Amino acid sequence: MSTIEERVKKIIVEQLGVKEEEVKLEASFENDLGADSLDIVELVMALEEEFETEIPDEEAEKIRTVEAAIDYVKNHAND
Amino acid sequence: MSDLMNLEGQVALVTGASRGIGKAIAEQLVARGVKVIGTATTEKGAQAISDYLGANGEGLALNVTDADSIAAVLKHIDSTYGQLDILVNNAGITRDNLLMRMKDDEWDSVMDTNLKSVYRLSKGVMRGMMKRRQGRIINISSVVGTTGNPGQANYCAAKAGLAGFTKALAKEIAARGITVNCVAPGFIDTDMTKALTDDQKQAIFANIPASRLGQPEEIAAAVVFLASPGAAYITGETIHVNGGMAMV
Repeated sequence: MSTIEERVKKIIVEQLGVKEEEVKLEASFENDLGADSLDIVELVMALEEEFETEIPDEEAEKIRTVEAAIDYVKNHAND
Repeated sequence: MSDLMNLEGQVALVTGASRGIGKAIAEQLVARGVKVIGTATTEKGAQAISDYLGANGEGLALNVTDADSIAAVLKHIDSTYGQLDILVNNAGITRDNLLMRMKDDEWDSVMDTNLKSVYRLSKGVMRGMMKRRQGRIINISSVVGTTGNPGQANYCAAKAGLAGFTKALAKEIAARGITVNCVAPGFIDTDMTKALTDDQKQAIFANIPASRLGQPEEIAAAVVFLASPGAAYITGETIHVNGGMAMV
């Protein structure tokens, strides 16, 4: 079983089409990983499905970096 | 490229499908091998849709002004069919009145049914379409949304609103393989235009170069085209089907 961090990173790699080594904790989706606003919406959707949780819009807006995504999932995921 | 009109195996949701243009759209999609979920405001209307669709889909009662009703229908489609490829926002009403006499509820009900419903339904189906990188949203607007028509300030505003909505959403999701377009009927032979008086009809005919009403099937044909793989590069567009009445 992969850790939450590994699973989140894997989704980011898949959704944004970036290399694994680019997905550093401090990387910003928009500034470092080339995501636009719709890419981020899709990323959040993918996280919701992977971790079977619903991320409210006001929380989703705060998920702008790899670390923020991992932290959110760690604090809210059902498993 | 494979058959540019092939829609075999796709699933479509058509609102306002119990009669008129919506029914013609549902029937032509079925003829192309599409499973169709048609909606009507009443259970009786839904049953009528189920009757004509037979094994090719089903009719469901849907109040397009009610978010819960929309959610229930989309959930049913997801669990029963597992996909939705085509959304045809066709349901619409008129509450005609000169603006001087128009009541707030005449304005609001037309906005809710003809415009807000499209926002709600489009939003509801986008998640699945984005994930599958495939989808067609086709909004039935009207020639009067472009030309204006006295006594229909509410209807014209809602239909013109659809065109703006269509363009904005088309830009948002074009990169995800989803197109969003309008078909704008002119005067079509349906219950809605039967409500016009003879004087109104005469005045309208004088302005239609084809000098006849259009048939619902002639709108459906444009919808089927926009739904087809061959129309993948058309988005944010309005196709006017009006016998030459307005050329824009």
